[in-house]
Amino acid sequence: MSPTGTPGPAPEGTAHPAPAHTAPPTRALPGHGESHRHVLVAIVLNKPGVLNRVASLMRARNFNIETLAVSHTDQLEVSRMTITLRGDDVAVEQAAKQLYRLIDVLKVQDVTSDPTVEHEIALIKVRADERNRGEVLTIAEMYKARVVDLAAESLIVEATGTEAEVDALITLLRGFGIKELVRSGTVVMSRGAGSIEEAVKR
Amino acid sequence: MVTKEEGSGRSPGRTAASATAGAPGAVLPGAVPPGAGSPDLDGALRGRERINHMPGAGTERADAISAGRREMLSDARRNQIRSLAERGVKRPRIGADAVCEALLRQGVEVFFGYPGGVVLPFYDVLGDYPELRHVLVRHEQGGAHAADGYARATGKVGVCLATSGPGATNLVTGIGNAMLDSVPIVAITGNVVGSLLGKDAFQEIDITGITLPCTKHNYLVRDPNDIPRVFAEAFHIARTGRPGPVHIDLTKDALMGPCSAEHPGTVDLPGFRPTLEGHFRQIKLAAGEIARAKRPVILAGHGVLIAEATEELRELAEKAQIPVAHTLLGVSAMDETHPLSLGFVGMHGWKHVNRAIQSADLLIALGMRFDDRVTGHVPTFAPYARIIHVDIDPAEIGKNVAVEIPIVGDVKRVLAALLPQVQSVAPEERAAYLKEIADWRSESERAPWHGSGSWRNGQLSADYVVGRIGEASGHDATIVADVGQNQMWAARYAGFRRPKSHISSGGLGTMGFGLPAAMGAAIGRPDKETWAIVGDGGLQMTIQELMTLVQDNIPVKIALLDNHKLGMVRQWQELVYAGNYHSSHLLGPDWVRLAEAYGLAGFRATTPDEVDGAIAAARAVDGPALVHFVIAEQQNVFPMMPAGKGLSDLLEEQFEEPKQ
Repeated sequence: MSPTGTPGPAPEGTAHPAPAHTAPPTRALPGHGESHRHVLVAIVLNKPGVLNRVASLMRARNFNIETLAVSHTDQLEVSRMTITLRGDDVAVEQAAKQLYRLIDVLKVQDVTSDPTVEHEIALIKVRADERNRGEVLTIAEMYKARVVDLAAESLIVEATGTEAEVDALITLLRGFGIKELVRSGTVVMSRGAGSIEEAVKR
Repeated sequence: MVTKEEGSGRSPGRTAASATAGAPGAVLPGAVPPGAGSPDLDGALRGRERINHMPGAGTERADAISAGRREMLSDARRNQIRSLAERGVKRPRIGADAVCEALLRQGVEVFFGYPGGVVLPFYDVLGDYPELRHVLVRHEQGGAHAADGYARATGKVGVCLATSGPGATNLVTGIGNAMLDSVPIVAITGNVVGSLLGKDAFQEIDITGITLPCTKHNYLVRDPNDIPRVFAEAFHIARTGRPGPVHIDLTKDALMGPCSAEHPGTVDLPGFRPTLEGHFRQIKLAAGEIARAKRPVILAGHGVLIAEATEELRELAEKAQIPVAHTLLGVSAMDETHPLSLGFVGMHGWKHVNRAIQSADLLIALGMRFDDRVTGHVPTFAPYARIIHVDIDPAEIGKNVAVEIPIVGDVKRVLAALLPQVQSVAPEERAAYLKEIADWRSESERAPWHGSGSWRNGQLSADYVVGRIGEASGHDATIVADVGQNQMWAARYAGFRRPKSHISSGGLGTMGFGLPAAMGAAIGRPDKETWAIVGDGGLQMTIQELMTLVQDNIPVKIALLDNHKLGMVRQWQELVYAGNYHSSHLLGPDWVRLAEAYGLAGFRATTPDEVDGAIAAARAVDGPALVHFVIAEQQNVFPMMPAGKGLSDLLEEQFEEPKQ
């Protein structure tokens, strides 16, 4: 067997967008741009198994969820998910479109570049005794974090803020020794009067 | 050649007689299924009249049942499903009744099932709904594929049913197949009683968890009163927008419990509102692109057939003089004898079609999804072309290939809106372009493997067999392929003229699909001849359905292309793995005697001059038949685009005989 090149360009004399002797242009693959963090808001029906559908779809389509926060909304039959993931714009758009295919998903919105309020909560159990407790408290205060539990050898800091703010606080506290850490995952809401929930009301 | 003397469908009463008169060991009298006894006996045993809806052939009772079924299913009656009381049945309405009513309301005439523990409550009431024809398959996978073939041949929703546990898992291959090819089926399974769910009960498996990623939607129903709503939603979802499989898992207590819920007239699914109309601005842009294009090519996919847009496709092609290429599942979307029809594209597509794509300046992709078997290496795919992509599923736009003009909508409606805006092009204007493709075409059809009866050393050539079948059936038969070389030969050489006359497992590539899908297609379109073109590998995967063909007298003609090989595997081993033929040689039974043992007519052809006779003999049989074509063992499908290469890198057959 011998591979025979099939001439792409047409012979001379027929109208053609490219001359026959140049190499054909390369078609760009979708979804190979610069990867960055995206925040998706999904309004879904409040039914058993919906979280499983969303998670299963993201896994099957090869998207890695960084954080996921699910809760009720003010409408009984509707839940809200905030999903953060990394990927280029086309890939994340594809993730949103795939989510739309789920029957139980009512609306998906990529709010990455919208003006939003974005928060997560973290509980951080820090090693601290009477020698350095003051330092920890000072740092916590600077980040508007609260101390919610105090013991002889440790304390728990409750911090809220954007992912980046919480990251920064954790980095600082790591020097004292973090015994335990839990983060809720980002929740987000668009600024202004617009409402994604009203947009899906029947 | 061996012919069968008995009528192939058999009523239970005649089975014993035919076993003694027919070939030894055909069917033992003891093998008659217990539920298939005479209706009178059944009635006596059960203490009340049971309706035997097994479609035995030829008996007066079977004829009466099928006449009654037709009458009951007439449009006038469809919306007046009779209640149990009107049927003269004195027992409370249970979930299983709601299932039967729902099927009838959805226009289901036939479904494919296999009973088992937890679905027995359903089978217990099924006899009270004689207008529902149940085909007892021999394996649940066969049932799912049959529902799939039925749906593709008719455009209606196919239905299959299985019990819990292994019955349900056996459906999964068929459900996945329907998912990847966008085929509307509703798969029903039973599950253990609700209180046992999650307790690892006998034959319990988390089947909704298993089918979740390979269905359009699925349901677990534990309350009989949910059944009417769930079925209405399931059928709506399966057939609306981009079609797909929907799975309903019913616990045993949902089937057995009393049901008072009425069937809803409408469905309320706020999360499911497919876009049908294309955006007018995009359509206008598309018309502009078409007007500017010098070398446009239409790429027609399965969506054209699903949307029944074949007329609009032809009108567009003719109005703007655009040649039409098909994806594998788009085969039969346009009459192949039409001067603008090119043939099918991709890994094993025609070379002239691939060349046309590679030199096009505009691709009009209709209802297709740029599968990797179509595009090959995407960076080299159609390098000069701008792309208009029409698809009903927004997720397909920009998924595999970036496109210039996306249009989300139903192909039929989009084309209807586009057609008035497309400028007419006189044939002369495109003559040079079309002539060039025609020259390529005659070149690729001049290749020595094309259309000759004997391949090398006088061995029977597979493409000749397929071509003769197409010819003999007047290019009007439904041709159902299995997967592998046989599938490519069927798509390339059978010659398709009627929409939906070609059925093939494209996305999942499911070996074993051919025979059961042909079964469903033949039941769905009894007015059309049905051929299953299968290989010896695929047929051995679902061979048990031969018995279903016989029991239900389903007139499928099976063309077995037997090369004693897993042909496509062997081809790859020859071309890609340096001739390391590991595990691709396989033995088969004596096929004619096997057919005879199952009770269907078997024929054999080993040389080109026996082909027409064998085909004619099979066509003359009133019922199913199998023709064993002993084909060349080493014939490959060419051209072939190696994996990872592009449409311009086709492997072609060497014309010279290989040196020994």
